[in-house]
Amino acid sequence: MSVSLDMAPREAYGRALVEMGREDRDIVVLDADLSRSTMTHFFAREFPERFFDCGIAEQNMVGIAAGLAASGKIPFASTFAVFAPGRCFDQVRMSVAQPKLNVKLVTTHGGITVGEDGISHQSIEDLALICSLPGFTVIVPADAIETVQAIRVAAATRGPFYIRLGRPKTPLVYTEGYCFNPGKAVVMRPGKDVTVIAIGIMVAEALAAAKVMNEEGIDCRVLNMPTLKPIDEATILKAATETGGIVIAEEHLEHGGLGSAVARVVGKHHPVPLAFVAIQDTYAQSGKPAELLKRYGLTAEDIQQAVRAVIKRKQQ
Amino acid sequence: MSLPEITGHQSAASVGSKTGAFSLPTSATLSIAELKATAKKIRRHIITMIGKAGSGHPGGSLSAVEIVTALYFRVLRHRVADPCWPARDRFILSKGHAAPLLYAVLAECGYIPLADLSSLRQLDSRLQGHTDCLLVPGIEMSAGALGQGLSFGIGVSLAGRLNSLDYRVYVLLGDGECDEGQVWEAAMATAHFKLDNLTVIVDNNGIQLDGWNRDIMNLEPFARKWDSFGWHVIEVDGHDFAQLIDAFGRARQVKGQPTVVIAHTVKGKGVSFMENNVDYHGKAPSAAEMEKALKELA
Ligand SMILES: Cc1ncc(C[n+]2csc(CCOP(=O)(O)OP(=O)(O)O)c2C)c(N)n1
Ligand SMILES: [Mg+2]
Repeated sequence: MSVSLDMAPREAYGRALVEMGREDRDIVVLDADLSRSTMTHFFAREFPERFFDCGIAEQNMVGIAAGLAASGKIPFASTFAVFAPGRCFDQVRMSVAQPKLNVKLVTTHGGITVGEDGISHQSIEDLALICSLPGFTVIVPADAIETVQAIRVAAATRGPFYIRLGRPKTPLVYTEGYCFNPGKAVVMRPGKDVTVIAIGIMVAEALAAAKVMNEEGIDCRVLNMPTLKPIDEATILKAATETGGIVIAEEHLEHGGLGSAVARVVGKHHPVPLAFVAIQDTYAQSGKPAELLKRYGLTAEDIQQAVRAVIKRKQQ
Repeated sequence: MSLPEITGHQSAASVGSKTGAFSLPTSATLSIAELKATAKKIRRHIITMIGKAGSGHPGGSLSAVEIVTALYFRVLRHRVADPCWPARDRFILSKGHAAPLLYAVLAECGYIPLADLSSLRQLDSRLQGHTDCLLVPGIEMSAGALGQGLSFGIGVSLAGRLNSLDYRVYVLLGDGECDEGQVWEAAMATAHFKLDNLTVIVDNNGIQLDGWNRDIMNLEPFARKWDSFGWHVIEVDGHDFAQLIDAFGRARQVKGQPTVVIAHTVKGKGVSFMENNVDYHGKAPSAAEMEKALKELA
């Protein structure tokens, strides 16, 4: 891996695309007038003949990507997470998901850490929308290292993929030796009293929270769940059985994201107390990313509170 | 959550008509010289707001200053004390990233205090990064996702017809925004419904986010596209108040079809290092740049 990973995941994505483009001539990239932000402009510069800026036309971009995929290309199509699948849902549904086409939607600026641009640019429903579509593989990497590997897995695996990245630089939770295994959760930290299952930027928060809980005498397991769909049922059920309580942490609405997926799994097979660290049923607002995480309850402290609540319910 | 009380149109709609029946001023009528002075003030607000916020979109705010200033200070029939006056002319900012421009104009009109401008993009400010119609009186539509304003405008215009109100509807689009299919679905519908009370203004500054329109997604022949969709087309220098005012007057005379004013503008207009510079689409000026810009706008 020649890409240095001290960078925002979206930059790691942009650089990885260039490397992959050198290795595989079938990789093509599309964007919707955001290539300077999604970082597909690196690819555009190196492979202008394989890059298609569709302008501000997300629906058209997805349709074009579907046609390219149906003709043997491996299209990576990028825009902000709020605009795909939000702006082009039916195109994603009928032109990509139903025919199981090999389209890779990689979106950036997911969640509320977009910050000051405010609600029109903050994507808090995208995971619910995309997870509703049969056949999509949905991945939210926790850092730049996992991002690069997820992108490579997506390119090498047939079928529709959605990969959601954020805007800011994210602390690394992995080292270079990490090997992303699609569809599998990763035990970031063992523990027997309670489990925190986190995704994306919340993995680093979960690890910070677990450290504090440990000092309080609570042995907190932390799982990273980079593949939201198909979800790793076995590891969730193992956590439910072995720790008897689960906190789910995600930068998304409580509806339809990781929390919903975990609740479905444990509800079906092994109900345990759950707590959800997620955005409540509201839109956020403009502000600095850190301020917003605090205001909308997405910090290590919020996870700690949820852990204490779950422990209490376990004891009742 | 401690966002300020809802004060925009949605909440005030029921209150609006009660307060507005009397002799409130319906629109300012500034002279061209006064309009020019106001435009300069607005440009200074835009630079200061975005500079202080540390993020935002100066380029497309500066390019549309004359368009929006002409509308609010010369063309629109509106009442500052009664933002929900049912008979008001509507201005719909479809390119919501030009929010600082609209906030500055609304503040200069008196809809919001000038002092509020410095809160742009801060936590709990009602001046959100992109316009929010629930928070600011005078804002007709929440925007920021491009391509949606003209459709909304059609609805507002149809309602005017149904309610026998003679207000006019003005929708400001970006030229890059016209890449969106929805804009052309709406363009077709506006003509189909023969909405002659609706005027589109395109801020034709030639630049979108990734670069020049002609390199990213060519719009030409732009005027002919609108013409073939059934619109009356007027092209003007979008920084020339006389031409703009004249165009809005002519649009009012056109019957049975909508009018589009294609306003040829310069992105970043008024600040030398921002003019025609793709980089300042969505980049705030540094402290030093802010100082330089304000000197140029003195
Ligand atoms: C649906 C949608 N896609 C993408 C964006 C991101 N975006 C914000 S501004 C912009 C460029 C707009 O160009 P233009 O309409 O020409 O605006 P102006 O030059 O007046 O600033 C883009 C792509 C958006 N806001 N909405
Ligand atoms: Mg433009």
